[in-house]
Amino acid sequence: MAFTAPKETYSGKVYPVTIGTGDKAVTCGGENVLPFHSFEGITPSRPVIAIEIQDVPPADWPDTVRKPYDAVSGDPVSWAKFCQDELKAKALALRLVGTHPDRENRSPADAVKTVKDVLAAVQVPLIILGSNHAEKDTSVLVAVAEAAKDKNCIIGKAQEANYKTIAAASMANNHKLIAMSELDINLSKQLNILITQMGFDKEKIITDPMCSALGYGIEYTYSVMERIRLAALTQNDVTMQQPLLGDVGMYVWKIKEASAPEADLPQWGALEERGIAWEAETAAALMIAGAGLLIMRHPRAIKEVENLIDELV
Amino acid sequence: MALSGVEIFKLLPKTNCKKCGSPTCLAFAMKLAQRQASIDACPDVSEEAKKILGEASAPPIRPITFGAGEKAVKMGEETVLFRHDKKFVNPSAFAVEIKDTLSEDEIAKICQQVIDSEIDRVGQKLRIDAIMLSNVSGDAGKLEAAAKVVAAKAAVVPVIISTTNPQAAEAAVKLFADKRPILYGANTSNADAMAAIAKAHKAVLGVAANGLDELSGLTEKIKGLGVADMVLDSGARKAKEIIEHNTLIRRAAIKKGDKTVGYPVINFMQREDSLLEGLLASVGVAKYASIIVMSGIEKWKNLALFTLRQNIYTDPQVPMQVEQKIYHIGEPKPESPLFITTNFSLTYFIVSGEIENSKVASRLAVMDCEGLSVLTAWAAGKFTASKIAQFIQESGVEKDVANKELILPGYVAILSGALEEKLPGWKITVGPREANTIPAFLKTR
Ligand code: B12
Ligand code: SF4
Repeated sequence: MAFTAPKETYSGKVYPVTIGTGDKAVTCGGENVLPFHSFEGITPSRPVIAIEIQDVPPADWPDTVRKPYDAVSGDPVSWAKFCQDELKAKALALRLVGTHPDRENRSPADAVKTVKDVLAAVQVPLIILGSNHAEKDTSVLVAVAEAAKDKNCIIGKAQEANYKTIAAASMANNHKLIAMSELDINLSKQLNILITQMGFDKEKIITDPMCSALGYGIEYTYSVMERIRLAALTQNDVTMQQPLLGDVGMYVWKIKEASAPEADLPQWGALEERGIAWEAETAAALMIAGAGLLIMRHPRAIKEVENLIDELV
Repeated sequence: MALSGVEIFKLLPKTNCKKCGSPTCLAFAMKLAQRQASIDACPDVSEEAKKILGEASAPPIRPITFGAGEKAVKMGEETVLFRHDKKFVNPSAFAVEIKDTLSEDEIAKICQQVIDSEIDRVGQKLRIDAIMLSNVSGDAGKLEAAAKVVAAKAAVVPVIISTTNPQAAEAAVKLFADKRPILYGANTSNADAMAAIAKAHKAVLGVAANGLDELSGLTEKIKGLGVADMVLDSGARKAKEIIEHNTLIRRAAIKKGDKTVGYPVINFMQREDSLLEGLLASVGVAKYASIIVMSGIEKWKNLALFTLRQNIYTDPQVPMQVEQKIYHIGEPKPESPLFITTNFSLTYFIVSGEIENSKVASRLAVMDCEGLSVLTAWAAGKFTASKIAQFIQESGVEKDVANKELILPGYVAILSGALEEKLPGWKITVGPREANTIPAFLKTR
């Protein structure tokens, strides 16, 4: 007897979101099936990996991930060029951590200069992230959104506490927007609704349900992503059809497994491979759950996830 | 597929004799449908009906154990497609391939690596679960010789014998009598012989097909030959096909009640590049693999994979938690420090690990917060000043400590004032925010 393949047809789809301009523009989303289920629908784009760079040197990154950038990370422009030209980045994520009041407390004007310089130096699409200080981010992100006008960047992250100003700035300057909530499908849905009620196009949002690293809550992110994707596809919930972001590097490279020396924990094995595997596995799991855009740090982890994607599409 | 009450009713004697304890056959049928009764309570039901009911109530994916003793691996029994619906039941087993072309020393070395792979994470013992010995030489003698080494050097580790040659299979499987090995390699041309060997030696049979159609035909045939326990290989090797086949198999078994694919799945993930192999394995963990075969088991890779498997297979409704009590780290004296935290496993293991690192004997008061982390528990109103005060008072720890000082997690510094009020006579000290600075904190005291 032949096997009857129980294929599904879904009623909804994920919006395709394009970032950047010209022939370096990239698109994520657009599928009408669960991740990598090309056997029962269309999956027009691969997940996009953006390499993370920062406005200030990454002194707080563990050695494994800091070293590959040591020669260039003193200056965001040379860092950006290195990622584009040597690592063949398809997109960059510039995190303006230096604007955080507890860090260098750089001003919105400093941030604008960094953003302008980076945009002038590279052609690949740019994601521009604040320092995750809800209040400071409003002034910083408003200024940089304007500085990057019409470059079709992604601005982030808009959260419940500050979405109005950031969404307005993003809309006025023709950018896409990351909407971040905290590991709860209802909060995520609510934020998307609030943002669209301002007149923001729902097809220009990227949803960040909040990332967590392997071993440190990834099961929560995994299941929230999976549930959001199911709501979008099986219930055709138009408030949940945005591509999902996995902001992986930032969460992985602060945990103990990414920095504890093998000498202290011999049973954990080689430190460098361990950190790289940790970032790559976190990204892989979240891609399977639904992430269509990933922000990552280590060149080798990124390359290996690209290799996995080659096998998945 | 489970039957409805009415469908079950049709199979009963319909005499309403009440011997089952239910007033009518229909009432009994309803109880059966809700799994509140067993068919054995009705003395008059036909053997035929029993058989239909038995098959219908069997789990959609057959529970199978391979290996024996403490390290035996349980597989199957899954009931859902997504982990948020209900806990995934039996975690994917990791197996390492040993080729029979390797020297005796090399084989022994890998066996030792498997035995040494066990680590503790968040209170669970995790390990490489199995060895797959593969007959890549094509030579029956070589396979048997290699199997002897494995049987001697890794006696407790569950074994998969991979060969399509029945003679080679027989000789190797014999060495694992009573250990319930898996014999992998039954295909369309050798199914009869392989089924006979599996039956004779009580092995689980690994079915190797070329596509899903062939797979379901093969399992039906093998079942007809009297082999009940199988693991499935659809032939998928690339990640894309693995997701497709594993998903279709799981859906067919669970949603359609297709018994021909209601067995655990084995995936072959061997790759030259060990890191890529690890990523493939993580796809298998997330997407329904019961056994994942790899070629390399470096410690760093194991740690990442064990962790992912643990995360994906935790109960989505109940976070992993530890018992509420005052834990002793080292041998605390009355003047040793006393810390408090919540009973989320991850929190407990991180904090106790760092206190251990500091080499200062301590007490760690772990409070039941339904398995929530410090900040989550605080935000949910479960780690409040009055609840902490009550817990500390009821724990009786007061008698054991010389100076009544309680060290709080830095993230809930805000509780210290209220806590001092609620715990008269106690000194409340705010500790560091992140556990990894506990050793430094203890040093400067
Ligand atoms: C995963 C998560 C959840 C999970 C629960 C996981 C769990 N088992 O606890 C879920 C999704 C269920 C959840 C729910 C909620 N969450 Co929540 N959640 C998180 C998240 C992402 C991670 C928490 C975690 O696992 N941390 C890891 C553990 C190990 O950390 P920890 O216990 O704090 O321990 C560390 C330190 O505190 C220290 N430490 C611990 N003990 C001790 C003891 C001493 C003496 C010392 C010195 C140090 C120390 O060491 C550890 C490592 O450094 C955090 C955000 C974040 N990234 O931190 C939000 C977070 C904790 N959640 C938050 C909130 C508000 C909630 C909700 C109330 C809201 C909601 N979303 O519905 C609910 C409440 C739950 C309920 N039942 O009502 C807020 C809390 C805000 C605040 N500052 O008070 C956070 C911070 C997110 C945020 N930024 O808003 N959450
Ligand atoms: S014992 Fe059997 S026949 Fe009698 S009432 Fe119960 S179900 Fe019906």
